[in-house]
Amino acid sequence: MKFSKLPLLFSITAALLSAQGLDPSTIFKPLGTTDDWPTYGGDYTGQRYSVLKQVDRTNVKNLSLAWSSRLIAGTENRRPGSVLVTGGVGKMEATALANIKGSILQVNGVLYVSAPDNAWAIDARDGHELWHYVWKTRGGTHIGNRGLGMWHNLLYMETPDDYLVCLDAKTGKELWRREIADFDLQYFSTVAPIVVGNHVLIGTGNDLDEPGFVQSLDPETGNLQWKFYTVPMKKGDAGLETWGNLDAARHGGGNAWVPGSYDPETHLYIFGTGNPSPAYTTGTRGEGDNLYTCSVVAVNVETGKMAWYYQTSPHDTHDWDSAQTPVLFDGEFNGRMRKMVVQASRNGYFFTLDRLTGEHLVTSKFGESVNWAKGLNAKGQPVRDPTKDFHPAGALVSSANQGATNWPPPAYNPQTGLVYVPTQNSYAMYYLTELDPRGAMGLGGKEEVALGTVSSYISAIDYQTGKTVWKHVYPSLGGTLGAGMLTTAGGLLFAGDVSGNLIAYDAANGNILWHSYLTSLISNAPETYSLDGHQYVLVAAGDTVYSFILN
Amino acid sequence: MASFPTRPKAAAATLTRGKQNYNTNCAYCHGEDARGGDNGGVNLLRSEVVMKDQNGERLRAFLLNESEAGHAAAREGILKFNLTSAQASDLQAYLADLAAFIHDFRVSSRDPGRMRPPTVLVGDTNAGQRYFEQKCASCHSAAGDLKGIATRIKDARSLQQTWLMPAVYGFRGFNPPADSPTHVPPPTVTVTMADESKVEGRLGRIDDFVLTLTEADGTPRSIRRDDDVPKVEIHDPMKPHKELLTVYTDTDIHNVTAYLATFK
Repeated sequence: MKFSKLPLLFSITAALLSAQGLDPSTIFKPLGTTDDWPTYGGDYTGQRYSVLKQVDRTNVKNLSLAWSSRLIAGTENRRPGSVLVTGGVGKMEATALANIKGSILQVNGVLYVSAPDNAWAIDARDGHELWHYVWKTRGGTHIGNRGLGMWHNLLYMETPDDYLVCLDAKTGKELWRREIADFDLQYFSTVAPIVVGNHVLIGTGNDLDEPGFVQSLDPETGNLQWKFYTVPMKKGDAGLETWGNLDAARHGGGNAWVPGSYDPETHLYIFGTGNPSPAYTTGTRGEGDNLYTCSVVAVNVETGKMAWYYQTSPHDTHDWDSAQTPVLFDGEFNGRMRKMVVQASRNGYFFTLDRLTGEHLVTSKFGESVNWAKGLNAKGQPVRDPTKDFHPAGALVSSANQGATNWPPPAYNPQTGLVYVPTQNSYAMYYLTELDPRGAMGLGGKEEVALGTVSSYISAIDYQTGKTVWKHVYPSLGGTLGAGMLTTAGGLLFAGDVSGNLIAYDAANGNILWHSYLTSLISNAPETYSLDGHQYVLVAAGDTVYSFILN
Repeated sequence: MASFPTRPKAAAATLTRGKQNYNTNCAYCHGEDARGGDNGGVNLLRSEVVMKDQNGERLRAFLLNESEAGHAAAREGILKFNLTSAQASDLQAYLADLAAFIHDFRVSSRDPGRMRPPTVLVGDTNAGQRYFEQKCASCHSAAGDLKGIATRIKDARSLQQTWLMPAVYGFRGFNPPADSPTHVPPPTVTVTMADESKVEGRLGRIDDFVLTLTEADGTPRSIRRDDDVPKVEIHDPMKPHKELLTVYTDTDIHNVTAYLATFK
């Protein structure tokens, strides 16, 4: 171990040695084979499939509330017994209610929860708050925080004003912070850090015209190991020919704002990239594909070099980012075993790819109402219909901006061979409000006026055909996109609906087996882990964490 | 909270000088609004040099090639600054004024349209009438419910949105604005209970487990649902409008809007 600064040496060494923390090798084990939920998706695959089966189809009806715990953002209204720690480079506090829209880590009986500028440690046995860290901010887009990363006894959190903060998991004390993106360029950082061995992998968001990137940092010091840009940044870079000019490419977006998945065999970190920028007015982007925006991208974690990519929306004009979680698994395909990655994209199309090479295997349209594309090309990519771009008099487009699906993570159950995706049929009128041929900046130059949601549902998709085998349609007349998914070896699928219920389904057919109405809409994907020999199911709804256990 | 760095407004005299400086030396390539020009200049407002600059210090380094990644045209001698002797003698002040002018433009990811289309009324009124008679006239008429609709909804885009979907439901039920110009009836529901009795009323919310309704006499009801028991039949006034979303072409929509805009 090398340390560059002495004070850091003492604090980090103390933090490392004083508790066993999370051994990074734990994350490599399939979800449920240890007692932890140690990373964003529970393990690296993105499957959100736990081998736990104490709770199964026959007894899930007995699932009951173990405890609930309301978390209060900001430094006021402290919880008795909890230790408040503050940090940050700004003066403001995000005083809005905590909205937990990310994954919660569970390591050694402690839950680590996050909301923008706020992190908490709470006792997994009763929800009692242990410490609360508040980051004082200089601003930035506080749209959500997707969770924390952990390495031994160190926790990592991104902040909306573009720092990665390293906390001592035992005390919540800040050990170091590193600026990971340029606040002046209007970046904002929400992504859950993914720890792979001695790499902390982080993405960043930006709604203006700045380039996307993924960085790998040293877990002890935060020093940069590599930085991978998702768009060409200099003459000679691959993909530059797909842009109008270099300046357009360098302002071309493609931000990686959802954590990716990891394949230990190939050392590939596989993640999705965001929309090209400006998003709706092509401007100087040219007529090309605008690589590597709206793509599934595989980068070697040791080198930071791209191994392959597959673009799901060539030359996107609708903000159909491809940031959605890629799901990795091995399975039968056309009679032989293959190593695959699947993605249900915001654009309404489902893709099965070979994860070693990026070879295209399947495309299907799972978003039933989606109307922006004319069909598929030879590579299986949807071909954009230019008449469904933003139009001065309005174009009727499905989906509305949130897409057929969005960041809420899908799940894959190897018992059923099905991929479960929160899905929505929605329409909006897309009005172009900027006739200047140079276009607008960022997400500007348009006004989208909603026509409502026609239906919200879960799609259960066969990865071999791309066909939806069953779906569960929520009966609500209006509504939003449902929250993310969890599936288990107990034959269950857990997901929040669009009305405030956490529901357990039979993963094979979508039959409802259990539900509980919580006080607000479910805001993250459910999780499960074993503690003291009991299987828990955990979910967040707004500012409150709910923990369920069999009675 | 979604605040990115903002800049204090500069004095009017500073901006006037800065604009002159900009127009003399920059606008030819970068456009009068600094968003890029026909002669190859890039959009300055989103450039890293400008966004990180405070008072001209980064512009100076860039324009005078004090850094390696300086202005290419300046480095190659193509760009010659056209400065008076007074400006040249106080370059710092000159660049501070120039920077103030460029920084006065708003830079936002929600960039508003600056060259807005004059109207959404681009359709063919006669074609719109024919389409209306085919698809809409079974429920609506020019002399009846839609009489004066273009007077009640003067903005053509609002008119278009309203006829496409007169009511958009939220997940907690249907709550139209009090001053709605459309008088859309609420969705109703008929529930057939286990004993074959029927409960009817205005639908509140519905999920897989509970539905709420208000009976004609104002009695609120909350009814448990177990799979398909009791039987629930929802009457959604927006159903035809939702179904038509899969039918219209954009030209149909623009034509119908042009036709309805004549309903004064």
